[in-house]
Order: sequence, then structure tokens, then C-alpha cells
Amino acid sequence: MFGSGILKGLGVTLKHITTSYLDDVKSIPTRYAGGNTIIRQPMNEEGLFTIQYPEERRVLPERFRYVPMLIYDAETGKDRCTACGICAKVCPAQCIWIVRDQNPDGKPIPESREFYVDIATCMGCGLCAEFCPFDSIKMNHDYELSTFKRYPDLVYDKEMLSVPTTYYAQLYPQAWAEEQERARQKAEAKQKRAEAAAARAKAKEAAAKKAAQIKAAAQKQSSTDV
Amino acid sequence: MSGTPEAVVKKFPHWIEKMSEAIVGEEDGVWIVKPNALRAVAKYLKEKKGYDFLANVAGVDNLLHPNRKEVDRFEVVYHFYSTERGGDYIAIKARANAENPVLPSLVPIFPTADFQEREIWDLYGIKFTGHPNLRRILLWDGFFGHPMRKDYHEAYYEEEHRPYNSRYPEGHYVSQEDRTPWKNNLVFPNAFDPEHWQAPEIYYEVGQDFKNIEKLKTDRIVVNIGPQHPSTHGVLRMIVGLEGETVTGLELELGYLHRNHEKIGERNTYLMNIPFTDRLDYITSMTNNFGYVLAVEKLMPKVVVPERAEYLRVIMAELTRAMNHLFAIGFLLNDMGAFYTPSLYAIEERELILDLFEMASGSRMMCNYMRFGGVAHDVDENWVKLAIELVHNRLPRALDEMEALLTTNEIMLARTKNVGYLSPKDAIAYGTSGPVLRGSGVPYDIRKAEPYSIYDRFDFDLITEEGGDVYARYMMRIREARESVRILKQALRDLPGGPVMGKPLPYMVKIPANEAYTHIEAPKGELGFYIVSDGTPNPYRYHVRAPSFVNLNSLATMAVGHKIADAIIILGSIDIVLGEVDR
Ligand code: SF4
Ligand code: SF4
Repeated sequence: MFGSGILKGLGVTLKHITTSYLDDVKSIPTRYAGGNTIIRQPMNEEGLFTIQYPEERRVLPERFRYVPMLIYDAETGKDRCTACGICAKVCPAQCIWIVRDQNPDGKPIPESREFYVDIATCMGCGLCAEFCPFDSIKMNHDYELSTFKRYPDLVYDKEMLSVPTTYYAQLYPQAWAEEQERARQKAEAKQKRAEAAAARAKAKEAAAKKAAQIKAAAQKQSSTDV
Repeated sequence: MSGTPEAVVKKFPHWIEKMSEAIVGEEDGVWIVKPNALRAVAKYLKEKKGYDFLANVAGVDNLLHPNRKEVDRFEVVYHFYSTERGGDYIAIKARANAENPVLPSLVPIFPTADFQEREIWDLYGIKFTGHPNLRRILLWDGFFGHPMRKDYHEAYYEEEHRPYNSRYPEGHYVSQEDRTPWKNNLVFPNAFDPEHWQAPEIYYEVGQDFKNIEKLKTDRIVVNIGPQHPSTHGVLRMIVGLEGETVTGLELELGYLHRNHEKIGERNTYLMNIPFTDRLDYITSMTNNFGYVLAVEKLMPKVVVPERAEYLRVIMAELTRAMNHLFAIGFLLNDMGAFYTPSLYAIEERELILDLFEMASGSRMMCNYMRFGGVAHDVDENWVKLAIELVHNRLPRALDEMEALLTTNEIMLARTKNVGYLSPKDAIAYGTSGPVLRGSGVPYDIRKAEPYSIYDRFDFDLITEEGGDVYARYMMRIREARESVRILKQALRDLPGGPVMGKPLPYMVKIPANEAYTHIEAPKGELGFYIVSDGTPNPYRYHVRAPSFVNLNSLATMAVGHKIADAIIILGSIDIVLGEVDR
């Protein structure tokens, strides 16, 4: 029958209208009150798919990446960064600028004196975080960065970039746990190695002692022989 | 056979007799053909050998070639495939000298060369004799210079290759604008006089032949659509000749989004290009990554990709395809005048797919997920569970819903049936690929014709539609998305454990000197990467064969003779993304 296709299509539209209406009235009086509501969109979401930013926000997964941050140890206050320069070399936008620090004799030391990320040109690719061998640069989740001036507000210096390990642990619980685990294993392995070395040293000492005794005994023997 | 290099004789014993006059050498498996024999060889390949699909035409500047003294400065490489037999390509190249680079155009034999040759003229300054319309295509007609030449320095040029030395260890920040003040980064023609300079003539007759169309008693007018028209899918400009409401000719102005992706790619290291490929077709960044890493892996013989990574790549690529096809249908509805509401129905599932991408890679659209030798991150069990739920329940339901909304809808039928017909012969000749080619009944899908990655392990059908019109291309996308769901079900079922990355590669990989063209079946068609390596950490030549760009070749043929409102739908049915067209 002519028109049946259109009716079928209208049925689809009607279904969408009702599901999104039902979804909306669920949160009476209003979905958008309160501000900063975090909306979780489960896999069985029906109805409203739009999120009313900024009153509502999405949940961000752990791997979410925006612009980089630099991590320092919350306890000691020491930077993790050793100024190896890998992140600056791998960055596709070439927006990382590092000045390596020097000791008083002019020898380079593994610390950065200046560290800039021009976040206006940063493309948020995350390669710097991926290739940093010291887990020192990671991607921040903060995405509300607008300012009025491009220079210098959007060129982040070390102070702007630095965050403590506690912040990192909170943002990246899984990665943090893995990192702790790796550190623990490493420490354990180190201790084991130390113990093994100590045991070996002991054994060596004992063996040497024994050899000396034997030697002494043999000498004694030979001297009595004479 | 005299004068033909031994390697060529060995590789192509049967052909050589016919072609020995034309071939002057061989380089990395590519024949070097005399310029004046180029057409003859192309014709021979097409008519006698069945290589009917000219996939890729790319220019190369040999300025830094190791044997620069012996080779001519410019060359153009052609990659031919056979749509019937499938399999690997045959490549030929022809060279042109530096002073007056001219080559014969292949447009009379392969109309698909049209846009690609124009692009080479634009970016390399190689002229093609016999080309019907050799104008600049991506850059403005008044542009001075040819930016892909190796000695051309772009604005804010800093160094030949990245990483730049100024960043480390003495990286005191200097803004790009202060580093290269304005005027120091411009090139002017000799004796340039701004007072008397005249802008070039860029308004032209709309070119197609409209003899066959019945003459109406109306004036012929030219209407400019875009670059800001909401239905042009981005900043694309169509210049349409009209008689009444009937389209009599159509010309495209491209390049509003041009960034010279390829020049940036040649400055970058191989790794740095991965996030840049995200920005080609920004709807389908996963498949762009996929194509690029496959292309580079082809040049790295030792790299082995772990099983789990192969599966994850296929899963991401097929999720992308399903999502892209739904998206294309949604925006086709937009073009038909069903503004926004139904197209949002089509992209609800996309939201959930993007959530999955974000969980896996950290970003919804600019995924930057694949690496040489694997993928960047593993996914956990929860992710797999969500993906299974999506693939088994939601996606099939969404496709059913789309079909209920459209497939038998009388308005849809009236607007799309017999609109924008493209014959199978034309579809091949214009170099179209993907749903456009298969919608014209040509059974050519790279996943079947030359299976890459692990596509040969999955059970899925090669979909074709015979109609060749907008409706056929719509059906094509729905049915192909269903096949993607089929592949996804198998891949998620079989997903093995294990690592997702082999031996971690350094951030700067060196690739042995070689060249290769690699293509994959991206959602929009054949996405190809032509890479020439010279053994350094940066590609010597990096060329993207973008499916949207080449598919646009066929737009004028499809649109002429239809009403102007149909031209918009026809454009929508090609499914273009300007990030990829303009690069
Ligand atoms: S790669 Fe890591 S350790 Fe090296 S300079 Fe960058 S942030 Fe510092
Ligand atoms: S996220 Fe990418 S572009 Fe941004 S600083 Fe890191 S490497 Fe550079």
C-alpha cells in the first residue's frame, strides 16, 4: 500500500519521541539543575543521548587525554623528569621545550631547569606520555583551559605543568596501581639480588676460611713432616 | 629485448616483448617508462592485461635522490589494480626534467587521473599535455610556487626534518611568529609589483558537455553552492550550471581545508605521522591509522604484529565502518531535507562506539591508537563485554531501525531511485571505490581482493548492489554495516590473549630504502599510502590516496541531467569528508 513505508518510518520517530520523553521525566523536576552533574551513559542507554554541557558532564575514562602534565613526588618534592629530552623529540607538534639543568661546573645534570608546553599547538596525541621512560609526563584530564591571551597564557611553564603524584594517582588509579606493583617487584628483585649477593659473599668468605684452614693444616703437616 | 634490464625481464617475461621499447629500467619493482610511451603502456595494461583500475597517481621530486645526476628531477608514479582478478598492483613511473616538466596526461584512458594529475600540477608543477582542465585544485589559482617540491619552504619553516634542534637541550621558548617574523616567510615572484598585480581569472565556464540534455526555454545561469552551504558536508564549493532547475554542468572548487598534509608528513618522522593521519578523515581515524601502519610495516620486513593486536585492529576498523555508514546515511537524510532529527537517530550508536574508542585509546575521534608492530593500549575484559553487548544487540537493532525508517519509505524512494546513476564501467573508469563502486555492481572489495591483516579468517560476504543510483548506495551501506557486525561478532568471539605489541620500537625508526603503495578498504573506499623511504627516520615521500577525493571525480557525471536538489543528494551519497578531500 502506498504510504505504508512512511507510516512505518513515523512509527520509528514516535518510538524515539516517547523513549526520550520518558527518559527526561524520570529526573523530575529537571535533569539540568544543580550544575556539574556527571552523566554516565551505559551501554543500554535509551532515550536522551545529548548531554547538556556545562551543567552536565561525561565520565572520563582513565586513558582520556587532553594536554600533558609533569609529575613530581608528593613526599620529596622531587621531579620525576630527568630532562632526557625524549618527549621533546617524539612530539609531533614540536611543542615541548626543555632546558636541561647544569651543576655549577657547567656539567649537565638529569634535571630540567625550564619546561614548556605550548598547549595551543599541542595536538593531544599522548605520544610524549607513551614514550617517557620515567613515567614523568602524563596526560591531564582538565579540558577547560580557555583564556583571553594566547601568549603567554597558553604556553605552560614548569609551574603550570607540575602536579604531585597524589593527583596522578587519583586521575589514573589503574595505571598508578600497576606502577606501584612494578616498583614493588623491582624493589623485591633488588632486595633478592642483594640477599643473594650477601649470601654469595658469605659463602665465599667461608670457602676462603676453609681453604686457609686446609692450607694451614697442610703447612702444619708438612712442617711436622720435616 | 635489448636495453631492458635483467630484473624486469625476469619479473615480467611475457610482457616484455611487447613493451621492451617503452621500458627503460626498473627501480624497487616499478617499471620506468619513457614519457612518450606512457599512454601506450597504460592502454596496454588496461586493455590487454585487465589492469583497469588506476588507483593512485603520485608525483615525486627527485631533488635529493642518491643518483640525482642520472635521474630526472620529477617523476610520476602510477599504481594499477585489476578489479576482476584482485591481487597486487603493477606500478609504472615516468620521469620529467627539471627545466620543463611535462608528461602526457592519462585522462583520455583513465578519467580518474583528472583530479590526481591536477593535484600533481598544483603541488609539483608537472604539466600534463592533453589534460582537459589543468588548473590548480587544492591551492588558490594565484598561488606562487609548487609547495611539494623539496626546495620549497613553507611559512614558518624551521628545519628540514623533525625533531627540531631548538627544542632540546636549550629549549628556551620562542613563539613561531617571533622566530620567523612576517615577510621573512613569504616568497614572491621575480619583479613582483603589488601595485599592478592582477588577481588571476578564477571564474570560468562550467565545463561539462550538456548536448544531450533537452533544451529548455530558460536562461542558462551559474549558481555557486558553498563553501558554506550546510549540505556540502564541509567547506566544499560547487559551481553549477543550470537550465531551469536542471543541472547542465558542475565544477568543484576544493582546497578550503588544505593543510598540505603530505609536506608535513615528509617533515615528520614515521611515528609522528600516526596522529596526523587521524586528521584526514576525522570520522574514521581508526582506519586511517590502520592503513598508515600497514603501509609502514610493509617496508619494515622484520616487524611481527601479535595476534591480539591484529584482532583489535580489525575490531576497531569494523566498528568504524559500521559507525561511518550509519553516519553517512544520517547525513544523506539531512541532504534530503529531513533536518537533523533523523540523522541524530543514526548516530546514537556512534556515541557508544566512540565511548569504546575513548576507553581504549584515550580520545573519541583523534584516536591515535595503532603503532608499528601492534596497537598502543590493550583493552580489558569490561571493554570486551561492552563491545559484545553493542555488537550483538544494539548495532543490529539500530540498522533494523534505519531500515524501518527508510528502506520502503516512499519519500526516500522517490528522492533516491534512479537518481545519480553511475554505470559499472564509469565507476571503474572514474576510480571510485568503496560503497560507490560496489553500489554500481562492481564486486571489488580490498578485504576480499587482496586480504590484508587477518581479513582472510573471517566469514563475510562481498556486498554489491546493481542499481548504481543513490538508493543502491544507501542499501550498500546498510548491508555492508551488517557484514561488519558479522565480522565483529567473529572477531570478538575469537579475540586471543597475549601482548598487543611485539618488541617495543624506538621512537625513531629507520626504514630501509624502498618504496611501496599499500591500500586498505576504508569505509569510504580505497585508502592508500604511497611511501618512499630513503633509509632515514623521515619518509622521503609520503602520499595519501584519499577515497573521498578520488570519488569526487565522478560527481559531475552523476549530477548532470538531474535537478539541483538532487545534486546535493548525489554528493551526499558519495559520502565525503573534507579533511580527507583537501588534506
Ligand atoms: S621524556 Fe620524561 S623524563 Fe625525559 S624529558 Fe620528557 S618528561 Fe622528562
Ligand atoms: S600530547 Fe602530543 S602534541 Fe601534545 S605535547 Fe605530548 S607529544 Fe606533543
